[in-house]
Amino acid sequence: MAAEPLLSVRNLKTYFAQDEGTVRAVDGVSFDVAPGATLGIVGESGCGKSVTARSILRIVDRPGRIVDGEILFRRRVSNGAGSPIVDLAKLDGNGSEMRAIRGAEIALIFQEPMSSFSPVHTIGNQIVEAILLHQPVSRRAARAKTIEILRRVGVSSPDERVDQLSNQLSGGLRQRAMIAMALSCRPTLLIADEPTTALDVTTQTQILELMRQLQKEDRMAIMLITHDLGVIAEMATDVAVMYLGRVVEQAPVDAIFHAPRHPYTKALLRSIPRLRAERHERLTPIAGAVPHPYDRPAGCPFHARCPEFVPGTCDQRAPSLRPVADGHAVSCFLYE
Amino acid sequence: MTERQVVAEPVTPPFREPGPVLASREQRIFVASQWQLMWWRFRKHKVAVASALVVAGFYMVVLGADFLAYADPDASEAQRSLMPPQRVYWFDGGQFGPYVHGVKGARDPLTFKRVYRPDPEQKIRLRFFAEGFEYHLFGLIPTTRHLIGVDAGLDPNKTVFLLGTDVQGRDLWSRLMYGTRISLTIGLLGVSASLVLGVVLGGLSGFYGGAVDTVIQRTIEILRSIPTIPLWMGLAAALPREWTVLQVYFAITVIISLLGWTELARVVRGRFLTMREEDFVVSARLVGCSRLRTIFVHMVPSFMSHIIAATTLALPAMIISETALSFLGLGLRPPAISWGVLLQQAQNVQTVAISPWLMIPALPVILAVMAFNFLGDGLRDAADPYGR
Amino acid sequence: MLAYIGRRAILAIFTVWAISVLSFVIIQLPPGDYVTSYIAQMASTGSVVSDEEAEALRIQYGLGQPIYVQYLKWMGQIVQGNFGMSMEWRRPVTEVIGERLWLTVVVSVAALMLTWALALPIGIYSAVRQYSVGDYLATFVGFIGLAVPNFLLALVLLYLGFVLFNAHIGGLFSPELQDAPWSAARVWDLLKHLPIPALILGLAGTAQQIRIMRANLLDELRKPYVVTARSKGLPESRVILKYPVRVALNPFASTIGYTLPYIVSGSIIVSLVLGLPTVGPLLLKALIAQDMFLAGTIVLMLGVMTVIGTLISDILLVWIDPRIRLEET
Repeated sequence: MAAEPLLSVRNLKTYFAQDEGTVRAVDGVSFDVAPGATLGIVGESGCGKSVTARSILRIVDRPGRIVDGEILFRRRVSNGAGSPIVDLAKLDGNGSEMRAIRGAEIALIFQEPMSSFSPVHTIGNQIVEAILLHQPVSRRAARAKTIEILRRVGVSSPDERVDQLSNQLSGGLRQRAMIAMALSCRPTLLIADEPTTALDVTTQTQILELMRQLQKEDRMAIMLITHDLGVIAEMATDVAVMYLGRVVEQAPVDAIFHAPRHPYTKALLRSIPRLRAERHERLTPIAGAVPHPYDRPAGCPFHARCPEFVPGTCDQRAPSLRPVADGHAVSCFLYE
Repeated sequence: MTERQVVAEPVTPPFREPGPVLASREQRIFVASQWQLMWWRFRKHKVAVASALVVAGFYMVVLGADFLAYADPDASEAQRSLMPPQRVYWFDGGQFGPYVHGVKGARDPLTFKRVYRPDPEQKIRLRFFAEGFEYHLFGLIPTTRHLIGVDAGLDPNKTVFLLGTDVQGRDLWSRLMYGTRISLTIGLLGVSASLVLGVVLGGLSGFYGGAVDTVIQRTIEILRSIPTIPLWMGLAAALPREWTVLQVYFAITVIISLLGWTELARVVRGRFLTMREEDFVVSARLVGCSRLRTIFVHMVPSFMSHIIAATTLALPAMIISETALSFLGLGLRPPAISWGVLLQQAQNVQTVAISPWLMIPALPVILAVMAFNFLGDGLRDAADPYGR
Repeated sequence: MLAYIGRRAILAIFTVWAISVLSFVIIQLPPGDYVTSYIAQMASTGSVVSDEEAEALRIQYGLGQPIYVQYLKWMGQIVQGNFGMSMEWRRPVTEVIGERLWLTVVVSVAALMLTWALALPIGIYSAVRQYSVGDYLATFVGFIGLAVPNFLLALVLLYLGFVLFNAHIGGLFSPELQDAPWSAARVWDLLKHLPIPALILGLAGTAQQIRIMRANLLDELRKPYVVTARSKGLPESRVILKYPVRVALNPFASTIGYTLPYIVSGSIIVSLVLGLPTVGPLLLKALIAQDMFLAGTIVLMLGVMTVIGTLISDILLVWIDPRIRLEET
């Protein structure tokens, strides 16, 4: 990372205190997002990707709490002076500073186009609300902006759509409207949590194309969370691989695909079915299953399923994320 | 964007044994039967379990009302009108030996009302499993044993009144026992009648749909929008005075069940509607099951649990209805005894201010309603074993 | 939207018809016909009904003819405003009922509004602060409301009021204003006496509505659009009130309609215990005395009143839920 990072997460820990025990959803996650870049966060379901995103925005559901770590965000420089870097983890989640950042400088789009809009308010109402919240404009101006941004994301007849309810739009249109709402205040960072998982493949491609285009136009950074390695391959500039609440490998996208180091990353890549495989060649899944959240193994979280497990080391202590090459960090004893 | 090739390494690494298999406790969930699942979920609701015990207690009183009472519930005695509850002393000179003081009645010279003063000279011992008036245990075995009784047997001067007496000098405790029997059985009968009506009409409505459904639905809506108590009052008041206690009993049951079926019908219909579309019902039909078989063998077991829950929740309404009607004097009439009949004596505040113990029958009503509500809630939560 | 209201209105008309039939059944149930009992009643006070009078009454009420003819004649009379004579009071039924019906309306509406006013904020609080002390307290009070039948609650409160405060808390008016003509002072007196009966009547309904609101809101709070709202940077109070509460309000509002019959029902018995000058005590006396025209008319009026109230609440529901407005449900 040559430039100063836009977002720098350091050792973030978000725990959920339940009756049956504490779920360590995010257990020491660190990564950087460069301005204008696309960081892909990839991992299986339950590895803590979504909780990380929500932690950054400080909208984790109770009983989840950030218990440790820093989330250093470089704010948009206003006309005043002062250091624009703020630690989001230390802010009051419902306070005015955090709320000024949320929606205006960091925006979120996520997986459920079907129900991410309120069923009883019009699309326009909800987008105008976002604009009025962060920009000192009149209602009429906000409405005009809304129509403009709907047009920009490719929603047909935006002046009609603006007064429709969300259930009158198709899934793809709804996702576009979501993107419009997220972009309405020109954020510097867009967090996209599985934005295309619930869409059909054609729509998926369109949405990804749209995101790329908007990113280029607005010079916006994207944090793309997905379990789909194909999407990562297409969109990301850097990749962070997560397992059980930890980042196990972070590297530029080429390095991840061509020179993976961590056994988990390698296993993930191995498990992708190949188009040009031999006939009757078996798939190679990762052995075992993701451990129960209350039943975490001691030491390295992956050791029970690791083909390169070293007894005596991997089950005793947990490794930490260390750089192994330029911009490439791995959390594994093989590289310590 | 450059073309990316995803490279996979065809290596067969030395895999280790995967981690420990799911604990046997978790495995059990997948092989448990529907009723076992329901029981496990039910057990977790402590309140529901406690309520179940309370309900069981109530029905034991129903069965053993005669045994638990110690005085003839119909024996009236003007001399003992409106006696307050007697205090029980548990220890007689250091030893366990419950007794009450005898009571002397006198007329207050100023108000001309009867007042009662405990007579410390007289100690009336209470005995367990004592002899009392004759009755038939379970309707079959003639016996005179009661749970509690007085030393002196049937000596009219040595009596005990644990909860006091009513205007006619009848023992409230014994009347309460018998009242419990009638109130709870009317509730059961009423609910059964509602159940039959509800399941049949709701089932027809849900299974056939279309015009049948519309007609039944509209009827239910109409019935739901009518205030029930005036109707009940009207119907109950129309019962001829000459009818026997038993006839009135059944008539009241019919009247209160006539409106209770709507809720059950709605539940049944809802279940049928959701289940009609379920794959397992379609496959049953495709395999060749007759309509009847599909309904009874495949569909009914699925919503049995919901029906049980809904029925349990319908009981309190029945109990309250009967109590209300009898309280007004329009329901069961003396010599029948129910909670409502007992509460009739507590209708105005003047009576109650002087003899507050007349309100005691309100307690079992409240307790029963609460217990059935909690129990029904617990059953309803447990009925959805794969739910949240 | 008009189609929806139209449907509800037609259903309301059917319901009124059903109620009229049921009221008629109630009138007809006791043995003997109206005229014979009327004559007997008159005779017991010494006045004599001439044969022509008796015959005229018979024709007027269609006695001796098939039952549906009698029903039609009765309905015909009602439409003209003649609800019949009360045998006990020997005055037209409408006179006897007098202002009692309006007072019943006032008490019922007060209970309904109280139910809304209490259940909505408590339900929202319970859902948002789940498992907190306030939530448990609300649930507990809710269960009391559900478990204790309203007339017993009235009785207990009366007793406590009498014994602890030496106050008589029944009635809708102070003794001196009981029979006075309407005036500002009387209205104020009524308002002062309303809260306790309204609370007793509405408590069970409130408990029910709190549970419904809480359950619905809990469901909605988990939904993605709440996350969307929060991620835009809205303050938490707005996030909750503008979005999930609004959505949860729909099923909540649709159940209000069915609370009204329940409240009206309850007011009958509670009025008896508390001694309120509403229709309830009058109905009971009429039924016991077999004064059937009075009783039947009261049942009819109560039913119609309830149906009108339910219809109004249905219309309000349409106003609240844009989904019904914009398309057919």
